[in-house]
Amino acid sequence: MTNIAATAAPSPAAAAALPTRLAKRFVDRLVIIVPYLWLLFFFLIPFIIVFKISLSQTAISMPPYTPVLDFRDGVSGFFAGVRELNFDNYTWLTQDALYFNAYVTSLIIAGISTILTLIVGYPIAYGMARAPATIRPTLLMLVILPFWTSFLIRVYAWIGILKPEGLLNQLLLATGLISQPLVILNTYTAIFIGIVYSYLPFMVLPLYSSLEKMDYSLVEAAQDLGCPPTGAFWKITFPLSLPGVVAGCLLVFIPAVGEFVIPDLLGGSQTLMIGKTLWNEFFSNRDWPVSSAVAVILLLVLTVPIMFFQQAQARAQEQGK
Amino acid sequence: MNSTWSRFNITSIVLGFAFLYLPIVLLIVFSFNESKLVTVWGGFSTKWYVSLFHNQGLMDATWVTARVGVISATVATVLGTLAAITLTRYTRFRGRVLFSGMVFAPLVMPEVITGLSLLLLFVAVGLDRGFLTVTLAHITFTMCFVAVVVQSRLVSFDRSLEEAAMDLGAPPVKTFFQITLPVILPAIISGWMLAFTLSLDDLVIASFTSGPGATTLPMKIYSQVRLGVTPEINAACTILIAVVAVGVIIASIANKRREVQRQLDEQAAQRG
Repeated sequence: MTNIAATAAPSPAAAAALPTRLAKRFVDRLVIIVPYLWLLFFFLIPFIIVFKISLSQTAISMPPYTPVLDFRDGVSGFFAGVRELNFDNYTWLTQDALYFNAYVTSLIIAGISTILTLIVGYPIAYGMARAPATIRPTLLMLVILPFWTSFLIRVYAWIGILKPEGLLNQLLLATGLISQPLVILNTYTAIFIGIVYSYLPFMVLPLYSSLEKMDYSLVEAAQDLGCPPTGAFWKITFPLSLPGVVAGCLLVFIPAVGEFVIPDLLGGSQTLMIGKTLWNEFFSNRDWPVSSAVAVILLLVLTVPIMFFQQAQARAQEQGK
Repeated sequence: MNSTWSRFNITSIVLGFAFLYLPIVLLIVFSFNESKLVTVWGGFSTKWYVSLFHNQGLMDATWVTARVGVISATVATVLGTLAAITLTRYTRFRGRVLFSGMVFAPLVMPEVITGLSLLLLFVAVGLDRGFLTVTLAHITFTMCFVAVVVQSRLVSFDRSLEEAAMDLGAPPVKTFFQITLPVILPAIISGWMLAFTLSLDDLVIASFTSGPGATTLPMKIYSQVRLGVTPEINAACTILIAVVAVGVIIASIANKRREVQRQLDEQAAQRG
């Protein structure tokens, strides 16, 4: 800000400030360039490589694919390579119903889990936002704390609870609510429980931050005017918390679509999700090109929600200023 | 405000927290179980903790995980802080949209995609999979979380402090280290801790990018969990939980104390 005045009217003081300004410009560049290059190299370029390898063929070698689009033969070799590109892996994905089903099931499971997480998370976030201001930081920390403990451990903890001879069945049998143990582990129900449990903090935190900012005198005014509490909730509270709802749902939905640990440990071998399919394709079948093609399609499917998420982030950032 | 905290609110919080904490509590309780059956209580015992320390594979994995965590969290904190400064301070430069995209996308990117893409990168550049590749992968995905945490602190930062320092002749680098850094330090520390725990937790990305001799603790736990639930894993998990919980609690107390101190300083400054 001060530099603008200095450049407008050259003065002895500005001349003295020149080295400082040059230094500042150099530091500015460095601050931008270092993380920029890192992300370019370790985040963007890997995706291009995934795309490239999804167009290659499986080979019994190390690495297990035939090289495509190599620049070693110069530009002409590159264009010759373009003509030889093979979309077999993608044709294969469309022909085998397994993959299509895995994508659709993943989207449905992630969608249902997101709604369930919202239903479970909303009352918690609401209760926290209405709590006395003195205990709110403690409540906030209690929501964040499980997030710090390992994801794997939290999923693992549910195996012991949901097993046929597990703690939940023992409790239900002992209280006489059921006479036969429920089969929950290795079903889609277990996946829903796992996702809701693991992603709950991601839902509660954005909900809480938008509910906390809300002006409750609006609700009181509506009630004074004779609006029933549920009506006031749907007409005032919920619409005002919508930014939090959107952010929370995206934070749950997007990673849940590609989730691997939860379907693998709680869903068993009978359940189908795309993250698990990719993992098996890669680790069990050692088919790198097909798993790359699976990843490319998954990324395309998720592009729209990810763009939404980024816009929401950018908007939140603007509001923060 | 107090009167509006209804019974419904209290019930939903209590139930919600029970849901969040009960599985972890049960896991901890059963790590002290005498019986080998994880769901039947056979009396109190710490024998699983003893056998844990004689499990060489597990100990090696712990050591690898700790080193990967410290190194990657430290580098990620530096890079993430720079990224956060870029995002908040430089609103106009070429490729800014791409940059903010690359910072925010990894937050929600499914881990299988990140893991696979990084592995293919390492293979393409001919880097042998092992300790180094896991560390590089962890730096990449945790730096974005650091960036978001630090950014939220920078947004609320009062820039007139910096301008005052510069007007008084402090060079930009000195201004950063003497004015900006102390103010955003709590965010940087919590960013580091977040990066460290994310690295400590990660199974999927580590499985893709690690090689022989660099098996991390989650990979080890995962391979044993697939064979079934055992009290020994419960014990290992309990220790991990304890380490993280103690760290988080110490950090939050330190944070609070610093915050109180800062408020006192501000009051004193206003009075003086």
